[in-house]
Amino acid sequence: MKAFLILEDGTVFTGTSIGSQREVISEIVFNTSMTGYLEVLTDPSYAGQAVVMTYPLIGNYGICREDMESQKPWPDGYIVRELSRIPSNFRSGDTIQHFLEQNDIPGISGIDTRSLTKILREKGTMNGMITTHEYSSLDEVIPRLKQYSVKGVVAATTCEKPYVLPGNGKKVALLDLGAKNNIARSLNERGCEVTVYPAYTPAETILASHPDGIMLSNGPGDPAENVEIIKEIRKLYESDIPIFAICLGHQLMALATGAKTYKLKYGHRGGNHPVKDLETGRVYISSQNHGYAVDTESLDPHVAVPAFVNVNDGTNEGLKYTGKNIFTVQYHPEACPGPQDSGYLFDRFLKMMEVTR
Amino acid sequence: MPKHADIKKVLVLGSGPIVIGQAAEFDYAGTQACRSLKEEGIEVVLLNSNPATIMTDKDIADRVYIEPLTLEVVEQLILKEKPDSVLPTLGGQAGLNLAMELEEAGFLKANHVRLIGTTAETIKKAEDRLEFKETMEKIGEPVAPSLVVENVQDGINFAEEIGYPVVLRPAYTLGGSGGGIAKNREELVEILENGLRLSRVGQVLVERCIAGWKEIEYEVMRDGAGNVITVCNMENLDPVGIHTGDSIVVAPSQTLGDKEYQMLRTSALNIISELKITGGCNVQFALHPTSFEYCVIEVNPRVSRSSALASKATGYPIAKVAAKIALGYTLDEIKNAVTQKTYASFEPMLDYCVVKMPRLPFDKFISAKRKLGTQMKATGEVMSICTNFEGALMKAIRSLEQHVDCLMSYDFSKMTDDELVKQLDIVDDRRIWVIAEALRRNFSYEMIHDITKIDIWFIDKLAIIVEMENALKAVGKAVQTGTPALHALSSELLAEAKRIEFPDTVISRLTHISVDEIKGMRKDHGIVAAYKMVDTCAAEFAAATPYYYSCFGSENEADGTADRKKVLVLGSGPIRIGQGIEFDFCSVHSTWAFSKEGYETVIVNNNPETVSTDFDIADKLYFEPLTPEDVESIVDIEKPDGAVVQFGGQTAIKLTEALMKMGVPILGTAAEDVDAAEDRELFDEILEKCQIPRPAGHTVFTAEEAKKAANELGYPVLVRPSYVLGGQGMQIAIHDQDIDEFIGIINQIAQEHPILVDKYIMGKEIEVDAICDGTDILIPGIMEHIERTGIHSGDSISVYPAPSISDKNRATIVDYTEKLARALHVKGMINIQFIVDGDDVYIIEVNPRSSRTVPYISKVTGIPIVPLATQIICGHTIRELGYTPGLQPEAKYIAIKMPVFSFEKIRGADISLGPEMKSTGECLGIAKTFNEALYKAFQGAGIKLPKYKNMIITVRDSDKEDVIPIAKRFAALGYKIFATKGTAKALNDGGVKAIRVNKIEQESPNLMDLILGHEIDLVIDTPPQGVDRSHDGFLIRRNAIETGVNVLTSLDTAAALATSMENRAQELTLVNIAEI
Repeated sequence: MKAFLILEDGTVFTGTSIGSQREVISEIVFNTSMTGYLEVLTDPSYAGQAVVMTYPLIGNYGICREDMESQKPWPDGYIVRELSRIPSNFRSGDTIQHFLEQNDIPGISGIDTRSLTKILREKGTMNGMITTHEYSSLDEVIPRLKQYSVKGVVAATTCEKPYVLPGNGKKVALLDLGAKNNIARSLNERGCEVTVYPAYTPAETILASHPDGIMLSNGPGDPAENVEIIKEIRKLYESDIPIFAICLGHQLMALATGAKTYKLKYGHRGGNHPVKDLETGRVYISSQNHGYAVDTESLDPHVAVPAFVNVNDGTNEGLKYTGKNIFTVQYHPEACPGPQDSGYLFDRFLKMMEVTR
Repeated sequence: MPKHADIKKVLVLGSGPIVIGQAAEFDYAGTQACRSLKEEGIEVVLLNSNPATIMTDKDIADRVYIEPLTLEVVEQLILKEKPDSVLPTLGGQAGLNLAMELEEAGFLKANHVRLIGTTAETIKKAEDRLEFKETMEKIGEPVAPSLVVENVQDGINFAEEIGYPVVLRPAYTLGGSGGGIAKNREELVEILENGLRLSRVGQVLVERCIAGWKEIEYEVMRDGAGNVITVCNMENLDPVGIHTGDSIVVAPSQTLGDKEYQMLRTSALNIISELKITGGCNVQFALHPTSFEYCVIEVNPRVSRSSALASKATGYPIAKVAAKIALGYTLDEIKNAVTQKTYASFEPMLDYCVVKMPRLPFDKFISAKRKLGTQMKATGEVMSICTNFEGALMKAIRSLEQHVDCLMSYDFSKMTDDELVKQLDIVDDRRIWVIAEALRRNFSYEMIHDITKIDIWFIDKLAIIVEMENALKAVGKAVQTGTPALHALSSELLAEAKRIEFPDTVISRLTHISVDEIKGMRKDHGIVAAYKMVDTCAAEFAAATPYYYSCFGSENEADGTADRKKVLVLGSGPIRIGQGIEFDFCSVHSTWAFSKEGYETVIVNNNPETVSTDFDIADKLYFEPLTPEDVESIVDIEKPDGAVVQFGGQTAIKLTEALMKMGVPILGTAAEDVDAAEDRELFDEILEKCQIPRPAGHTVFTAEEAKKAANELGYPVLVRPSYVLGGQGMQIAIHDQDIDEFIGIINQIAQEHPILVDKYIMGKEIEVDAICDGTDILIPGIMEHIERTGIHSGDSISVYPAPSISDKNRATIVDYTEKLARALHVKGMINIQFIVDGDDVYIIEVNPRSSRTVPYISKVTGIPIVPLATQIICGHTIRELGYTPGLQPEAKYIAIKMPVFSFEKIRGADISLGPEMKSTGECLGIAKTFNEALYKAFQGAGIKLPKYKNMIITVRDSDKEDVIPIAKRFAALGYKIFATKGTAKALNDGGVKAIRVNKIEQESPNLMDLILGHEIDLVIDTPPQGVDRSHDGFLIRRNAIETGVNVLTSLDTAAALATSMENRAQELTLVNIAEI
């Protein structure tokens, strides 16, 4: 069946419907990873967005469920050039076509994804509609597209109640802002007992459990929207407990301590971004997925200083909090998908908890 | 980290002559590196024995030495030029081995010269089997259980311990020379003996066989600060067991999930970090198809063929970055040349699929075994890019120029199912065609996978192509039963066929709709090729690099508008025997010259190993097949003011007619004149008009006509197809039986052109390259071949200036050259081959294009032939450019071009030389005297004698007299001569002591025992003319070659070798050709 992708600038792409045939309006973003489509689909940070894969051949190795980064796929829509007819991998248990249908995710294939990516790159991230309905006029559609904004996605993606991943080592409280599984798994693999808390858990509850460290996860949406959570994070900041934060967690900690965030033109989504550790001068290739960044101009050096920077565009990739056992990164040391080069940051967090005790 | 301030003068080592396993990719890498060094203000000294390379140009390096790559030469050069550093990582295995020799000799330390780009420790850790294994074990990276053995018995013991089959890999050889898979003890002994002998250090690795696992490669880079990145990963369609150089390779990997991808990526980065490589490195893995188990197969601590492929596949200039790293820069300080915004410290992301296919030489070596294994056999490769795998594969197939354009090009339809099953198990260059036939018969994916071990993802893609064939065949049936074309072929089906890159010609063949009609339907429905940019970043950042590939059903990104005149330069496609790197040299120089003339330049080529496909050579690069349809699609976008075909070898020449039909003017010699030179009858008319004699001959179409012609002319005759290169299919026939055989071989390939039968005249062969501006002719020099006629010019030793022709002959040659150039209205280049027989001069061949000899003649004479020809094509005249027409004064140096062969790599190939070209590359000896030049040429070709001073002579009857003086000279050099009965008698009668040995089929000790005894330096074996039906001769030659013994099949070559050895004592004078 034919499907259409209509962008708010009026561009229409015609392709083939995949997954659900439901009509959806969402924010369209692109991801440049060549592998890891299932990890992307199940990354809660994509809640409220429809993802374009720039790599044209998707679904080649099917669905390997143990690679899922959460219980279900989150994007509102999925946009690809081509889906493989058959999956080929010894672990594959399903096809991507079926997976999308089963999870009611609408999508479109057979479009010129490079052309779409160039539009998003030049004009910036914009909203769009995936539909199987052939609109005769866009006059009615475009205003609807313009109205859309990503909202309430942290609430949608966080866990409902706390749960524990047992371990014999450090006790870590993980605030789930829409967390990828591999954050908890990375800590758990290092022996930590990880207690995962819903995003709206009061700081007091967390602090009362006397964790050795607190981890703030990644998550979707505009960071500044999370006013209540930011308040709680401010309280966590004021405790002496070591904190490590990733992505949305990093942004919320910055907002909680007086800095500002801003929306990037088209974000960073992929597995090839170079970040420089300003302390050592070493460059690491990182996994990234963020549409907002911390404005380094707004930093008070008495509170926090840049620790990592993106080599490509100079945007902030991490902060070190002055006089505190807190460090935060914009990118994804938990990988999945993407390079595992920054896994050492979890070790750094462990060491920090060690020293603090 | 800024660059090291104490690096000011760098010696760059090249890789020498093109051989299988070490080809044009090192010219690409070396050229890029030299330019990168010069950019940094470094003085570059270059050493490479290969004159056909671009890197040996004075505009690439400051000081250029085309000298043998031997320890003796490089030491002398270091003393002469006093570089502070040596960069060996861009010269392939040859460069690396030479660096190791220098290091082991203690020469570098003694002279305070450092290796940059790598260290001796790194090379040893990566290349020495034992150290490599220990290093991998230390960092926990798995390798297949293996043992380095130095003798056969240890090999047997270990193989029996781990179980057959086992893989054998000799240490320090290139292209896996001498390696193989042994399924039993007998095979083990055979391969192991050979491998031990070929290894520079006498070591062979015996290893658990992981054949059938997925073969995955990673190209990784590391800088001095320890930053590491992956440029690209690649997946071989052919599983482990076939050399990656002979495999169909796809980038990026297609069947790996992120878990597998990252696991191997991390491993590759751990390895490069542990080896402390500063620069590029290639890591090959075997990945178990149904688990996460993997093994590291091999690490190449240098720029390699795979890294050239990775550079072209991603746009990331590995060699350039490696050179900068060698100077001390870190990855985050080096700009990404593609985006000009980002830095080299990132990983390219592809938004397309790349397929590489090997160009195998079985069309040249008809008797060779097509079987592929761990020994590389490909002479070159093609790459193609598309947004889907099927399309990339279809494009790669037609880029091969091997009369294949789809999955129906090899016909296995006559086989029974049982035969087909057996055929599936045979690993050769036609395997995907066999799979296609199996799919046509509905063999299951699982069954095909079980036999071939090829991942079902790839099998499904082949099935998609087969399904399209079927759909188009159905259209064809409808058309044949009277359905109008427009109804039978829907625009949807046509669009889908084009999406997966079915060429119009194939669609036409299947649908019975004419190519023109299909083209018309396509235009009507907007089904036209669009061009996308290779930008390293999947469109994430704006890129300025005009490097394009085509796909259908997409938005076009290439902007054809131009503010100046525009020229289309057609490249020469894959490196193959008969059309090598020299045409890339010509294409690149022509492009640069057009640029200087104010043209916008557009290159079309499909060879990832070459300089011409580097994105900063022309203003625009189209990485596309060189077929009329593919070129026409580019022409539609670019609308060039003209095309130049005379620099891209026969590949480009073949496109002349098609370009004319597209309305693209051919710049330089007009198309009808190109045709006149190639068409026998038209050419004969011209010769007659000019009163130039040629060996009598006839044009025929059938074997009967050929035999009639031959008998009329009198045997021996030369039989050949017209419109070929490298003398393909050309043979000397001495009786009717030969003709039947040759015509049979020739007709295996569809023949649109007639067959030529010429009287064979034995004489001196002379070659001339000339430039003509329509009025005046400039002849840079005359070359003479050491071997008499009958041996292809590309396989002959060529000497400039011609040493032994009379003034009269010279005048005749100049006169004929001028007459022919004028008669053919040549504008630009012409290449003519003559036979001189006493006072008679005959024409044997005219090529209205640049030739194989142009690079070397340019270098020794200092005349920039290609730029001059290009300027003339642009409308300048020879006089206006400051040259005096006519034969130019002889240069101060003598240059001898020596052919280099790769026979040891091609099992079953007959090595005897004849009219069909067999060499893969060449080297040059350049000196003030003939003898020194000859000595250098032999040294450069790797013929380093004497060793044991034992030789075997066995010659045909007609040579028995001529061999005596040559044998005497070898005897005088201290050689003990063994000879077969007839030859021994002739020698002893002629006063040369020769020991008679039995022929192979006779009892031991016979010739074979002698050869396998490993103490023979040289075999002189001249096979009888015509078809050599003696199995004996073939076996002698093959066994000698496979055991590393030098074999000469021409007495002329043997005499030259004697001369070289007689004069070898002298001190060499190294010539900086940049000063010529």
